[in-house]
Amino acid sequence: MASIARCMRVARPLASLAKSSVSRPIARPFSVTSTNAIRKYTKEHEWIDLSADNKTGVIGISEYAAKALGDVVFVELPEEGKKVKAGDAIGAVESVKSAADINAPISCKITHVNLLLEEKPGTINQAGVADLEALMDAAAYEEFTTAEADH
Amino acid sequence: MVPFGGFHMPVQYSGLSVSASHAFTRTHASIFDVSHMVQRIFSGPGAAAFLQRVTPANLEALEPHRSTLSTLLHADGSGGIVDDTILTKLPRNKFYVVTNAACRDKDDAYFDAEMGKWNSDNADKNVTQGQLGGWGLVALQGPESEAVLAKVLADPKRVDLRALLFGQSVFAQVKLLGSGGMRVSSPLLISRGGYTGEDGFEISIPGEETVGVTEALLAAGGPDKVQLAGLGARDSLRLEAGMCLYGHDLDDTTTPIEAALGWIIPKERKTADAGFYGAEVIAAQATPRSKGGKGVQRRRVGLLVEGAPAREGAEIVAVDEKTKETVSLGKVTSGCPSPTLGSNIAMGYIKDGYHKAGTEVSVLVRGRPRKAVVARMPFVPTKYWKGIAPA
Repeated sequence: MASIARCMRVARPLASLAKSSVSRPIARPFSVTSTNAIRKYTKEHEWIDLSADNKTGVIGISEYAAKALGDVVFVELPEEGKKVKAGDAIGAVESVKSAADINAPISCKITHVNLLLEEKPGTINQAGVADLEALMDAAAYEEFTTAEADH
Repeated sequence: MVPFGGFHMPVQYSGLSVSASHAFTRTHASIFDVSHMVQRIFSGPGAAAFLQRVTPANLEALEPHRSTLSTLLHADGSGGIVDDTILTKLPRNKFYVVTNAACRDKDDAYFDAEMGKWNSDNADKNVTQGQLGGWGLVALQGPESEAVLAKVLADPKRVDLRALLFGQSVFAQVKLLGSGGMRVSSPLLISRGGYTGEDGFEISIPGEETVGVTEALLAAGGPDKVQLAGLGARDSLRLEAGMCLYGHDLDDTTTPIEAALGWIIPKERKTADAGFYGAEVIAAQATPRSKGGKGVQRRRVGLLVEGAPAREGAEIVAVDEKTKETVSLGKVTSGCPSPTLGSNIAMGYIKDGYHKAGTEVSVLVRGRPRKAVVARMPFVPTKYWKGIAPA
């Protein structure tokens, strides 16, 4: 997905799950397990990527929404630690012509916010796809490592 | 595309974002199709006197081919504004009057009623109105405007744009595109001014020539100098210039004094007996309480807002330092992040006493108070062509 509006890690509000996500070693997200997250969208153009363990996820807005807004000049992020219900306003994205609320796609606890967006709100309009396309998917990577090993 | 005043209008054109179009207008030139606006011609021996009853302008003193911003005022004497308008005096006691598209029906009814009354009371000084229905109105705005317009003039020797100052107008013909200069337009009323704070022109064009004139302007400038611009950039540009949008910053209940438009009323007409609707209320408001007048309870001011942009409807408040309680001071009527300044600008109505530049207040955005300071307008200095200052 091109425009990563905001990257917030969310933990489900169940206390045990939230606790386990906090206690997880920091290296875990880079583990070798396949985590092909399934992206789901709201009708209000937010998306959420849930991690494979269904405990954490990342929220953003769609490329369509970013385009409709125009040049984003201000992003308001929620407080870390805040518990929200599905549909609650958790922030806003603003361009010269309009402001759009960002609503929580699911009930969750905000664990991290992407502070870069407060400094550089225009990041939202910069398609990240080009960078992503330069990266390998799992199959391509396996082929690559096999080729490496052959040398 | 959005519906606006009975027209489908572009918020932006595909080539440029609102911010980019805004910046382009401030550095080069943009063409705004504002043909939705209502163009009226008032004529007859009573035209000036009639318009002086419904507006606070002094049209008898105005020289031909000069324009003034004014307001149509309610006949009930409240001082409330029916619409804001640009009045241009033409030769032979004719007036060219541009009003807002969003107020078309209301203004039509207002003029019908007022002209009916006037003409029955003043049989020897009647007034008639005609509308330039289906005509185009094209605004060329930005620092390159003069150079671009000069290229398409059919008779540049007769029309010296350098001598045409802000607030003045001229009839001139334009070479139409693709005719090798062979085909020229009708004489078009070209007025120096606009709604962006930049130097520029508004050109009134018969419907069948509007596309030809617009294409000639686009071709004369080329894409590096002239682009089409939509309602989005028009709104942020006028806000930076501190200009009002009727229905937002002005309405039926606001008076010119509350709206900080006292400057559109010439001194000789700021009297209770000036004869225009609402003169009594307006003259009393124009004099502060300290000088024996009534002053006003609220005033339109500019605001610079920290953090989140404040939009229309946001409440202006004073926050008690200790209790954190808020007291309402008024409401924001227009606001956006200023593309030129990079900070958030807004205008709104604030309780009298808090209206001085530098006064610190707060504005509620998404329920949270954001620091704001009352600021002078225009937010971005205007660049009207007023001639070279004498050395």
